[in-house]
Amino acid sequence: MSSFWSIWITVLTLLVIVGCVFLLVVCNRNDTGIKEGESMGHSFDGIEEMNNPLPKWWNYMFYVTIVFGIIYLLLYPGLGNFKGLLGWTSANQSVTTIAESKAAFEKSEAAYGSEQGDGSFVQYDREVIQANERFGPIFDAFAKTPLEELVKNEDALKVGGRLYLQNCAQCHGSDARGGKGFPNLTDNAWLWGGELAEIKTTIMNGRNGMMMPKGGLPIEDGEINGLAEYVVSLSGRDHDAALAAKGQASFMKGCFACHGMDGSGNKMLGAPNLKDNAWLYGGSRMAIAESIQLGRSGVMPAWKDILGEEKVHVISAYVYSLSQKDESK
Amino acid sequence: MKFNHEIVEKNIGLLGIFIVLVISIGGLVQITPLLFQKETTEPVEGLRPYTALELEGRDIYIREGCYNCHSQMIRPLRAETERYGHYSVAGESVWDHPFQWGSKRTGPDLARVGGRYSDKWHEVHLIDPRAVVPQSNMPGYPWLAENVLTGDETAAKMEIFKGFGVPYTDEDIAGAKQAVEGKTEMEAIIAYLQSLGHALK
Repeated sequence: MSSFWSIWITVLTLLVIVGCVFLLVVCNRNDTGIKEGESMGHSFDGIEEMNNPLPKWWNYMFYVTIVFGIIYLLLYPGLGNFKGLLGWTSANQSVTTIAESKAAFEKSEAAYGSEQGDGSFVQYDREVIQANERFGPIFDAFAKTPLEELVKNEDALKVGGRLYLQNCAQCHGSDARGGKGFPNLTDNAWLWGGELAEIKTTIMNGRNGMMMPKGGLPIEDGEINGLAEYVVSLSGRDHDAALAAKGQASFMKGCFACHGMDGSGNKMLGAPNLKDNAWLYGGSRMAIAESIQLGRSGVMPAWKDILGEEKVHVISAYVYSLSQKDESK
Repeated sequence: MKFNHEIVEKNIGLLGIFIVLVISIGGLVQITPLLFQKETTEPVEGLRPYTALELEGRDIYIREGCYNCHSQMIRPLRAETERYGHYSVAGESVWDHPFQWGSKRTGPDLARVGGRYSDKWHEVHLIDPRAVVPQSNMPGYPWLAENVLTGDETAAKMEIFKGFGVPYTDEDIAGAKQAVEGKTEMEAIIAYLQSLGHALK
C-alpha cells in the first residue's frame, strides 16, 4: 500500500478513537446546570425528563471497547502498513501464481519452530504446517507403500474411501456403481485397464474416451440394427443369428480396429470390451443402436493437480479394492 | 454559544450531517484504499478475460441466481483448501463486474470448479442434479439445454466490460456474435463453469 493510503487509514482510525474518547468524556459532563437526578424542566403528557447520567455498565463497556481497539491495533495489522507486533496475517494474499504461493509457504515452513523467521505469522500456512505434521507421516507411509500392498491396508482403504466420497462420488456414485455415461467401478469391467498402475494413471492424468458417430466408418443407417444385434450376440445373450451375421459383416468394416477382432476391446484406446455384458450407456438393443448411431464421448478429468499424487495413490488402492469385492461375490 | 449536546439534539439537520460523517469513515478507511491497491486492481498472472461464450454463460449464472447458493470465494482455511483448492485471491476477480463471490453456501463453492468434472457431467447435472448426485437438493435447469442464444448483445456487453478495463481486443468483440450464435444456454454456462479458477492453477 502506498504511504499516502497508509497515513490516510492510520490518521482516520486514530481520529475516530480519539473522537470516541472525547464524546464519552463530554457526554459524561453535567453541563446542563441542573443537579443530577432532578427534572430537566419539561414534561410530555405527564412524562418528565430527568437529568440522569449515562448508565455505568454502558459507560464502562464503552471504555473497554476503546482499550480493546487500541490493543488490537497494536498487535494485529490495522493501521495502514504497520504489520502489528505479532506479525500476524491471514494468508499470503498478494501471490499471483501458484509458484509464488508455494514459495511463500516454504518460507513460513522454514521459519516455523526456528529462529530464522522474520517475525511474520501467516495463519493459513501455520494451520497447514500443523496439519502436515499430523497427517504428513501417514500419507508419506502410504505413498512409500507399493499399491499391491496398500490394497491390503485397512486404514489406507478407509482414507481412500473418504477421499473417494469427497471427490469421485459426484460422477461414479457414492456406491461406485456409476450411471449412464459414468463408469461403474465395482464390476471389474475396465475401459482403460484395471491393474493398479493403470487405475492410478487414469486418475492422475484423466482420460478422453471418444467414439465418433458410427465410429467414423462408412456404415449405412440400415446396418445399425444388425450391428446392434451382433454386439448383443458378443456378450452371449439371446439373439437373432441371421441379423447378427449381417451385423458381423458391418463390424468388419472397421469396428474391429478399436474393439478388436473378437470384440474384446482395447484398453490403450479406452475402447470397451463388447463381450463382458457391462454397458456404460445401456445394454438394450435400442441403447446400443443409439451409441453406434450418435457416437459417444466421455471425459475423466485429471486429478494430479487438484489432489496431488499422494492422495491419488490412496484413492487408486481404494478403487481397485472396490472391483475386487464384487468379483469374490 | 457553548458546545453543548443540546445543539445536536435540537438541530435535526446538523445531527444528520454528523451521522453521515461518522458512518462514512468506516467506508473511507476500509473501502477507498482498496480501489487503489495493487492486490485488488491488478490481475494475477494467469488471468484471461472470459470468452464471448463464457461471458454469456456468466450472465445466465447471474440470471438463474446461482450465486444464491454457490459462493466463488475459497477462504484461507485448510478445511476449505483441502476441498476446493488454493484459496481465492483478489487479483483473480479484478475483471469480474460484479464479482460472484456470493455469501451463502447451500451448495459447494465453485471458485475452482473448472476442470473438475466433464462437460457431460455438468450437462446431466444441470438438467437433473439427482441423476448423478441422488442426495442433491439443487433444482434442475432443463430449459438451459433448449434455449438458444442469439448473440445479439454479446458484443455490446464486451464493450461495456472493455470500458471497465477488461482487455478485450477489437477482434474479440467483432467475433463475439459468431462465437455465441446458435449455442445453447447450456453450452454457455458449462463453458463459464469450466473456466472458473483458471487463473491460479
